[in-house]
Amino acid sequence: MLLNQFLILAAAMFSLGIYGLLVRRNIVLILLSVELMLAAVNINLIAFEAVLRTSDAIGQVFAVFVITVAAAEVGIGLAIVLMIFRNRKSANVDELDLMRW
Amino acid sequence: MSFADWIGAPVNWVFLVVGFLTLLSALKVVTAKNVVHAALFLVAALGGTAVLFLMLSAEFVAWVVVLVYIGAVLVLFLFGIMITRAPTGKDVGLDSPNKLLPALLSGATFLLLGWASLDAFGTTEIADLGEATSTEVLGLALLGRFVIPFEVVSFILLAALIGGVTIARRDLSPLEEEQRGAV
Amino acid sequence: MTWVVATEAEHAVEAGVTGGFWVDTAGIMLVLPLVAFLLILAVGKRMRYHGAEIAIGALAINSLWGTVLFVMNMTEGVLAQKTFEIARIGSDLVFELGWVVDGLSIMMYFLVNVVGLIVFIYAVGYMKDDIRVDWFFAAFSLFAGSMLILVGAPNLIQLIIGWEGVGLASYFLIGFYWEDMANVNAGNKAFMVNKVADVGLILGAIILGLAIGTFDFFEMSTAAFDHSEPLGAVAVVGGALLFFGAMGKSAQFPLHIWLPDAMAGPTPVSALMHAATMVTAGVYLMGRVFPLFEYLASDIRPWLVAIGAITLFAIGLLALVADDIKKVLAYSTVSQLGYMMTAVAAGGYTAGLFHLFTHAFFKALLFLGAGSVIHAVHSNNMSDMGGLRKAMPRTYWTFVVGSLSLAGILPLAGFWSKDEILVALGHEGYVAVMWIAIAGAFVTAFYMTRAVALTFHGEYKGHGHPHESPAIMTVPLVALAIPSILFGLFNVPGWEIPGIGNFSEWLAVRVVPMGDEHAEAIDLVLAGSGLFAALLGIALGWMVWGKDRATQAERDRFEIPALYPLLRNKYYVDDLADGITAGTMGPVARFVNWVNDYVIDSIVNGAAFLTKSLGSFVYGVVDQRGVDGVVHGLGAGADGAGSALRKLQTGRIQQYAAGFVGGALALIVLFVFVI
Repeated sequence: MLLNQFLILAAAMFSLGIYGLLVRRNIVLILLSVELMLAAVNINLIAFEAVLRTSDAIGQVFAVFVITVAAAEVGIGLAIVLMIFRNRKSANVDELDLMRW
Repeated sequence: MSFADWIGAPVNWVFLVVGFLTLLSALKVVTAKNVVHAALFLVAALGGTAVLFLMLSAEFVAWVVVLVYIGAVLVLFLFGIMITRAPTGKDVGLDSPNKLLPALLSGATFLLLGWASLDAFGTTEIADLGEATSTEVLGLALLGRFVIPFEVVSFILLAALIGGVTIARRDLSPLEEEQRGAV
Repeated sequence: MTWVVATEAEHAVEAGVTGGFWVDTAGIMLVLPLVAFLLILAVGKRMRYHGAEIAIGALAINSLWGTVLFVMNMTEGVLAQKTFEIARIGSDLVFELGWVVDGLSIMMYFLVNVVGLIVFIYAVGYMKDDIRVDWFFAAFSLFAGSMLILVGAPNLIQLIIGWEGVGLASYFLIGFYWEDMANVNAGNKAFMVNKVADVGLILGAIILGLAIGTFDFFEMSTAAFDHSEPLGAVAVVGGALLFFGAMGKSAQFPLHIWLPDAMAGPTPVSALMHAATMVTAGVYLMGRVFPLFEYLASDIRPWLVAIGAITLFAIGLLALVADDIKKVLAYSTVSQLGYMMTAVAAGGYTAGLFHLFTHAFFKALLFLGAGSVIHAVHSNNMSDMGGLRKAMPRTYWTFVVGSLSLAGILPLAGFWSKDEILVALGHEGYVAVMWIAIAGAFVTAFYMTRAVALTFHGEYKGHGHPHESPAIMTVPLVALAIPSILFGLFNVPGWEIPGIGNFSEWLAVRVVPMGDEHAEAIDLVLAGSGLFAALLGIALGWMVWGKDRATQAERDRFEIPALYPLLRNKYYVDDLADGITAGTMGPVARFVNWVNDYVIDSIVNGAAFLTKSLGSFVYGVVDQRGVDGVVHGLGAGADGAGSALRKLQTGRIQQYAAGFVGGALALIVLFVFVI
């Protein structure tokens, strides 16, 4: 296996995540895209770990941390989405533009 | 390594299949018209990543992905989707109309990252992996060398927990507060 | 700044003391009164005696130094000089400040400080309840400091500085009661006459200094003694010019006209400045540059003697017709200055300076006594006085002592000093002048008797109730009377005070010998002649103005018919001076005024116009449009930029995210491809 195959795969997933981030109008879907991006990063990390073979498995440890933080972020994110929905009865991101000039 | 050699190894076929499926799912995540479908496609994509992890002999991490990401995070997502929308059918207004710029940006990102990888790691091979990374090694690392980040991440989770509860609390009107008694 | 001690001159008269505490710190005498001047100006108003405390304190400390140095010079002889180099032109023309301690300057230090102290104390009483007393003591201290700078000067430059300083102080003090225009005019007259003379002084100093490349007195004296060529070439001109300068300060004919008018100042001023010290500066200068005249410029001496002789006699006569008691004393002072100047000019170094010394004491005494009387009767004129000896005994007796000393009656101080002058004149061959001096003694006694008689004898002609002055004024009178009696013993011919020698020796402690000799024995003929003349004067004076005279009117009107108008008008010298001044000043002033109006004013107006137009240009164009334009432009620019840029804040997350990603990509490109 080549390292590059994983890296390019991860790059593709990352790009798709960016696309989704910028295109989707539902807040939840935006968060979803973010998850996608984080997963791509994880692949990168594990792939590098597989190459480097450090004694502490640093890449994998880092990947675990990323997953954990992603989980925490989703928790908060959805709580916020909930509040927004309660107040505005809509999860459309285009309508959330109060903080503007 | 030439392409012939690469395609010759069975492991790479598996990779191609899994990779393809993962990317397809990822694409569907960002283009699906149905929100629930998008979430489910993410499940598939994450599953694909878990398999990839297995291939890279990161077994523990693979199962962590399955457990945490798919098991907890995506379930949370589905709850969130349910709560934040009334219609569960097709939703046409899901994407914003101008897709050009995002497409450009993502395309550029992909090209850039791809080129950087190819340029830097042209022919690096992943050696024969032999034994998978044992959980013991990870455990020792997490609680040994990386104990402080570990604790910090625990705090993050705690903060997320408390934060989530606090943010999502329903603000009670004074009347209701009185009825329910002071909290 | 260099600290130079100059004592090992080749020909210096031997001196026991050349350094030590008192010599090294003698400069404090020059500085302390000036410090007092500034202090009094600063805090004098608030003090109980309006700053007199500071002035008297300064002079008391100075007197300590003066007395100690005087005694040291008596017993051992002191010869030293300390200078600080202030500036230097080229390689040898230096400007130095410092102080000299030798026989001559020590005599002056003692004199100025002790007499000054006594007069200051007197002035506290005299000026009580007067106006501007703090300014009085300030200016008086300024005077004392300048005088000490003058007499302590190691070179001509510092002497001129001191000279101008005393002139300035004199101007302030003569015009002290400036509310009356006459006093202001008197002050101006004094200043201007002195200024005319100062031209000579400065020119003389420059010529002499440039000739030998130094202004230092020690070096000049040595050069004169060695008959140096360059100095010899200019000695006559330089010496004559210096004498011209001395004529102004020491009121020699015809530059004497300012002194009688200077009596407009308060009496202590007249006593100290215009009798005892300031006017003697000219004589002092002659004493200081004595070697120049003695060894190089003796040819012009007869002219100088002649001027002194005229002054001595002619001005003395004017004292006979003056009604103002201070004017009498003023003319007397001028006459005595003539004595001193003629003696020094003739070559009698000790004679002239010894007379300066004794004169200071008894003339100050006479002035203070006159002040006491003036204070009592509130008038200067003797026609308002009379019969005061019963009401003011102490003043009377001290005044009498002073008068007798002035007249030259054995054994008072004035007798010895006047005798010394007569001896010197005879010795140097100026026999005619000697007889004029003897005649002058007669005149002196004559007018002093008149003064005493009109003031203290007869009947009181005024309207008030005169009484004796308070102790603060009479004690100084007594303090001055004692030296007036005793100091003659310092220079008795043929005799020396055991252990300390005589005045001649003290004065001779100089960097070169003065060529002066102390008389071996008293010349009885001369002494007798002088004494006889004086006694004759007293006797005649008493006859004319004494008690026995029939009527008041006749007493007052004693006159020599032919001479009277001449004397009354002071020989018309004042009118001549007025005429010269008015004649030349008028056209000169008119011309200068024209230059001012047309030339200078047009320059000034042109400059003003230019400034104005430049100013309006700067305002209109540069400031309003330029600077303000820039400022407004910046503001408008910020405003516009703000209006434009704030459109970026759409509030839409995805747009922000897009920007984010774009930026990140750019950075990546930057890092990957460029760096």
